[in-house]
Amino acid sequence: MEKTWNNKAWFMVLPVLLLVAFSAVIPLMTVVNYSVQDTFGNNVFFWNGSDWFTEILESERFWLSMVRNLIFSFIILAIEVPLGIFIALNMPKKGWGVPVCLVLMALPLLIPWNVVGTIWQVFGRIDIGLLGYTLSALGFDYNYVNDPTDAWVTVILMDVWHWTSLVVLLCYAGLVSIPDAYYQAAKIDGASRWAIFRYIQLPKMNRVLLIAVLLRFMDSFMIYTEPFVVTGGGPGNSTTFLSIDLVKIAIGQFDLGPAAAMSIIYFLIILLLSWVFYTVMTNVDAER
Amino acid sequence: MARIDVNHVRHSYLPNPQKDADFALREVHHTFEDGGAYALLGPSGCGKTTLLNIISGLLHPSHGELLFNGKDVTNLSTQERNIAQVFQFPVIYDTMTVYDNLAFPLRNRGVPEADVDRKVRETLEMIDLASWAKKKARGLTADQKQKISLGRGLVRSDVNAILFDEPLTVIDPHMKWVLRSQLKQLHRRFGYTMVYVTHDQTEALTFADQVVVMYDGGIVQIGTPAELFERPRHTFVGYFIGSPGMNVMPVAIEGKTATIGSQRIELPGAPRTAAGNSGAIELGIRPEYVRLGRDGMAVKVSKVEDLGRHKVVRASLEGREIAAVIGEDESVPAEPKVLFDPAGINIYADSWRVEMGA
Amino acid sequence: MSGANERTTRQDRVNEAVSDELASTLSQDQIARLMRRRGEESKFWWLVPTIYIIFLMLPIYWLVNMSFKTNQEILGAFSLWPKNPTIANYMVIFTDPSWYKGYINSIIYVVMNMVISVSVALPAAYAFSRYRFLGDKHLFFWLLTNRMAPPAVFALPFFQLYSAFGLIDTHIAVALAHCLFNVPLAVWILEGFMSGVPKEIDETAYIDGYSFPRFFLKIFMPLIASGVGVACFFCFMFSWVELLIARTLTTTAAKPIAAIMTRTVSASGLDWGVLAAAGVLTILPGALVIWFVRNYIAKGFALGRV
Repeated sequence: MEKTWNNKAWFMVLPVLLLVAFSAVIPLMTVVNYSVQDTFGNNVFFWNGSDWFTEILESERFWLSMVRNLIFSFIILAIEVPLGIFIALNMPKKGWGVPVCLVLMALPLLIPWNVVGTIWQVFGRIDIGLLGYTLSALGFDYNYVNDPTDAWVTVILMDVWHWTSLVVLLCYAGLVSIPDAYYQAAKIDGASRWAIFRYIQLPKMNRVLLIAVLLRFMDSFMIYTEPFVVTGGGPGNSTTFLSIDLVKIAIGQFDLGPAAAMSIIYFLIILLLSWVFYTVMTNVDAER
Repeated sequence: MARIDVNHVRHSYLPNPQKDADFALREVHHTFEDGGAYALLGPSGCGKTTLLNIISGLLHPSHGELLFNGKDVTNLSTQERNIAQVFQFPVIYDTMTVYDNLAFPLRNRGVPEADVDRKVRETLEMIDLASWAKKKARGLTADQKQKISLGRGLVRSDVNAILFDEPLTVIDPHMKWVLRSQLKQLHRRFGYTMVYVTHDQTEALTFADQVVVMYDGGIVQIGTPAELFERPRHTFVGYFIGSPGMNVMPVAIEGKTATIGSQRIELPGAPRTAAGNSGAIELGIRPEYVRLGRDGMAVKVSKVEDLGRHKVVRASLEGREIAAVIGEDESVPAEPKVLFDPAGINIYADSWRVEMGA
Repeated sequence: MSGANERTTRQDRVNEAVSDELASTLSQDQIARLMRRRGEESKFWWLVPTIYIIFLMLPIYWLVNMSFKTNQEILGAFSLWPKNPTIANYMVIFTDPSWYKGYINSIIYVVMNMVISVSVALPAAYAFSRYRFLGDKHLFFWLLTNRMAPPAVFALPFFQLYSAFGLIDTHIAVALAHCLFNVPLAVWILEGFMSGVPKEIDETAYIDGYSFPRFFLKIFMPLIASGVGVACFFCFMFSWVELLIARTLTTTAAKPIAAIMTRTVSASGLDWGVLAAAGVLTILPGALVIWFVRNYIAKGFALGRV
């Protein structure tokens, strides 16, 4: 659509600007303020330069959380995206099955995140949980409280349970936008199931897949509540992701300086990712 | 190429069709000869696309059977029938090049790459896209895309038929003409069996040797463009074909004379209406056969439309709307009267044409 | 030429199928047989969504199952369904103000947030969808970063900011804090829907002598009603599911149900039945409203861009 140039439009954006400034800019400035100061209590602060940043960037703890978080993000992407595509391809195309599937599949997306954690915390317990009990009964040595591998498996399974539907919904929306004539032409051309996927369905899902991947990557990169409820970041630090670590430092230890510095680094990473997201999206938009 | 027999095919989209109105296709029984160019012409919802999809196998008919060269294909899948179809909106494989688009149906059928290359290059020449071979199909114009859809049918030299489902809908007017004549040329050179669905009479009449006019789920007339024009079998054909359509007016018949109000019209012969036919009798005459001059029945002219090549005169005869076509340089006389050229008079009973005796 | 690799494998398969015959000498019948079921869906496609939905429902079922059991039964014999179904757990929640107030608190701040977010997002989304102005692209991008910002980063500064204004433990504090990610979300979703409305409609209305506010309310709003509904739904949802910030900003008076739940886990620890019942009750609102937006839910998650 051709847009007209009109600087008065700023007045329409003003309320949003003020509101978001209040809830984002001011807090962010506080963080920046803390990140360059130190205190010995009594509300006396003094300039500390970039010391906190150096400390965080040199700490093994930060990098371990970061690496754990990246590994986590890649694993869940590797599972959720192909799985989501596969499920979307096999969704019913019409009839009563469509709304039923959509609603049931979207259900996990609407559960408060800590309840998601609680559900899996209970579900995985070997004494009272269906999953844990069944696995133990089958002879698996499964216990997410003690075993780091089991904790990871549980957290990943939980994320797959929680978010795969998002990929399914987006892909499904892409698929239903394909006109019937494409499938009919493919039949006439004698295309195999794989060729139909590769040359008709995948190109049409392109854009929504991109959104799905970026959203899932960013959201998994800030995951906090669900693993916190299930494992509390443990056993040991094995499931301590960036956000969990940050909250531990900030609220648990009340180390304002390092927490603020870490927040800023964290935020910059997200900013970079958002920029990638935005650029990719606007380019895709422009291509259409 | 194949001869296609459509034997007593009926189709309904409902699971349990009861009455005639439940059928999208009431009954079609017709043979498409090998190498013929056919057009299925009719308004939206007349069942023409349904018939096309039954031929291509995208739909399975509720009743009846379909033969290709005498072989029953009713229960074969689209893939097995080996036909090509061009759709209303161009279907192309966006991510492939033009070349790969054309090669796609051949490769799917396991044709050796050398043959694929030969056929694709031939086809690219045929559809005039040789210089675009390496381009991505995504950026092409609508008419080029539609040519690719066609090309994907043409590469398979053994296809039983090429079916067109209103293929020129999204094409610019000036390109429509170009594509249509290219299509006609291809048909003449290679003798494909072609079935072309359209609601545009110009397309149908210029493309096809035989036009199948469909109305309300059935075939009302099959004939050459000239037959459809001169002798419409049904008043619908008269209305639908020709611009403006045929003048149809209720008349009373007595021997070789028809009367409209106070006017009497001599017919070339006595219509053989079935004895005791109580249905409405109508007289149909194309505007081209209405002679406007100083003799005949008095009319009141309401409007003259100048269409460039000729003029259309709208008038009323005995209170009925009537259209007449006159030459570009002719003019409407002061006290206009009309005569009906006997060669152009058709008599209809219950909307169906009746023969006239000597 | 793209697709060359797939092609060879496919052709190998075909060649095997016809053994030593040359593909070019395949008769029509042979090709036809080869093509018979080509590209068709498997008959068992429905297994995939079915299994997936079972996988999704199992943990939820387990929670529901537990919510109808007594603690003795939960901890005692392992059973797939409640042997002696009881609604005692739900009664605890509905009779104890510290429990059911949690729901009221959650709903109050969620609705407040929904109203604030959508009403400020409407004009902004209109501006973004219709006009170009100085810094529009940067502004849009900046909004996006807020949607993507990790709540953990904001937890502490929020606490201090709202303490300074004396807003801690009020509903409005949480509602305002959630605007951080819900306002950008609402702007994005609404902008997506508004861009789908042809600009000619605006112009026609102005020519017909409509003033801007009258046009916006009488003509434009009905056209994007579904978009507003979807935006409301997503604001509702993200405010409902978020806990970190809501918990940080509240102590007792405005504490959300989800936070009360976690507290109970750590405090009494063993009251599994009530915990499960509370969990089930938090799932219900989402399950109820989702029906209304089922056809738009993908569009909402994709920030209005499907």
